Amino acid sequence: MTGELEAILREAFPEASEVHVTDRTGGGDHFLIEVTSPRFDGLSLLEQHRLVNDALAAPFASGRIHEMRIKTKGTA
Amino acid sequence: MTDELLSDRIKSVIETEPVALFMKGTPQFVMCGNSERALQALRSAGAPVTAVDILPDPGIRQALSELSGWPTIPQVFIGGELVGGADIVQELAATGELAEKLEGSLGDDYREDAQERVVSVLVPA
Repeated sequence: MTGELEAILREAFPEASEVHVTDRTGGGDHFLIEVTSPRFDGLSLLEQHRLVNDALAAPFASGRIHEMRIKTKGTA
Repeated sequence: MTDELLSDRIKSVIETEPVALFMKGTPQFVMCGNSERALQALRSAGAPVTAVDILPDPGIRQALSELSGWPTIPQVFIGGELVGGADIVQELAATGELAEKLEGSLGDDYREDAQERVVSVLVPA
């Protein structure tokens, strides 16, 4: 699942300098999502997280993700 | 209760409460670690918190996410505007931006008499 989520994120953020998904509990449904991208430069945290939420909307809606923690960073 | 009525009541909480926290459980009995993180972040900034437990009816979460466009719980609103979920509120608390946001929205003396309360969207206000 972490590989699957990373692939989705890499496709959504091809310009990202870092895309990392960690299975926080080993149970395959609690994830820490870390994305560093110049696209986040100048955006509020809310806007940054919205972009990540939007990218992961399909797997989240499938019910296979119980929890997503998100950490985003710009590169500026 | 109709979805529309539920949605209207949620909207009313968002628009009228200075700080609204939609969470799993209540501040006295938190049912999820992420709701706990958001609550603690708000407490650390001295915020008055009006909490809504989303667990009693799955329709609450659905209507809330439709209104806010935000998929996960918890959700924090200040002055009627979505601030974000646990990660964002925690990060804003750590940098001091949360307190700034609260001052900007509620006034410099928002910490005075700040209380926590719980409201239900399943019964009339």
